[in-house]
Amino acid sequence: MTGYYDSHDGASAGDAEQPATEHGMSRRQLLRHAGWFGGAVVLTVASGDVISHIADSREPDSMTAAGATAAANSSLRFVQVSDSHIGFRGPANTDVVGSFTEAINQVNSLGFRPDFVMHSGDLTHLSTAGQFDQVKQMLTGMQTDRVFTVPGEHDSIGDAGRAYRQTFGMGTLGDGWYSFDTHGVHFIALVNTLSLEKLGHLGNDQIDFVRRDIAGLSSDTPIVVFSHIPLFAMYPQWGWSTDDALKVIALLRRFSSVTCLNGHVHQLFTKTDGNITFHSATTTAYPLPKPGRAPAPTPQVVPARQLKDALGIRTVGYRQGDRELAVKDQRLA
Amino acid sequence: MSPPSTSASAAPVAGDAVAIKNFAFSPATLKVKVGTTVTWTNQDTDAHTVTSAGSGGALHSAALNTHATYSYTFTKPGTYSYLCTIHPFMTATVEVTR
Repeated sequence: MTGYYDSHDGASAGDAEQPATEHGMSRRQLLRHAGWFGGAVVLTVASGDVISHIADSREPDSMTAAGATAAANSSLRFVQVSDSHIGFRGPANTDVVGSFTEAINQVNSLGFRPDFVMHSGDLTHLSTAGQFDQVKQMLTGMQTDRVFTVPGEHDSIGDAGRAYRQTFGMGTLGDGWYSFDTHGVHFIALVNTLSLEKLGHLGNDQIDFVRRDIAGLSSDTPIVVFSHIPLFAMYPQWGWSTDDALKVIALLRRFSSVTCLNGHVHQLFTKTDGNITFHSATTTAYPLPKPGRAPAPTPQVVPARQLKDALGIRTVGYRQGDRELAVKDQRLA
Repeated sequence: MSPPSTSASAAPVAGDAVAIKNFAFSPATLKVKVGTTVTWTNQDTDAHTVTSAGSGGALHSAALNTHATYSYTFTKPGTYSYLCTIHPFMTATVEVTR
């Protein structure tokens, strides 16, 4: 997929550590959200592009048909979609419902049933009840066991995310954050789009949640963090950063493998910072300019064929025992 | 970090209209007398809001789609800082005097 390029600056927007205040949720409340996938998984092998990408010599059967057959339920495979902007009307994409439908169809044609689908925000364009209802109905067309979401700033317009939480916030904590575990991976879904003032913001309550959430985890547990706005300084001039993300990053430094997956920027971007890898996802709606390549992050009008090249879905695979997750981005077919 | 190159001049401008264009409020600083009704018009294809900075401020528009407008009558003198909550790097000010 086109669109990758390098970044050289570190996450620059953090500030000093502040003492935690102990309130909010209990460990028991957390566990309510942490077990939806149930029991342990016996690792064998798996088939498909994503998994073959991370297969290695420790699994000699991994590329065989028998291995693939045995593998169906053994490895974690999930999908990230982002920035569907249901309700957007403009020349950059006159049919965002159509392109999101194509994305759903592509997920349903992957050749495997993803363990879950994460929509990483800007589900709607204007946070209206009708748009929330429409995108929720569309998401039910995903052939997967579970759909997760985090809100984008377009899902939090004018009400600090209340309408979003009414639609998608069941079972979440605080302003809509949560965590869960499956296949030996710990997932954290963060909210950094409420009450924006220049940059994304997590807030101390949420940072305290992360601190408690990961306190009992062994440092070799793979961590995946979802947020809408990047947790790294991708381009602060356009708000593509989170002002207090370094407090969370500091908490995650002790883990051997941390993968942060975000949306918001409508383009692919990957950056590695020590033990942490950041992957910005593309959109199913319309492209935005590369950082600084335009006066403002305005929706980009491109020829129809180029539009499809700019839109896409992401699959992520993980096999227990591996250190890294395999992230694969696909254009809309 | 430098401000967006599209920012309008910081020099105050009189009048009662603010254009929202190319992800910027223009003029960036509007100077009006108490009692003036100011109208914002979104000329972009993306949506924007007109929202007071901080909490509990006077300005609180709905999401403004293309060509949508928002009006507010300033009844007290002061400096009103506001932003677009969807694109919070868009900031501007209304200065209200007697």
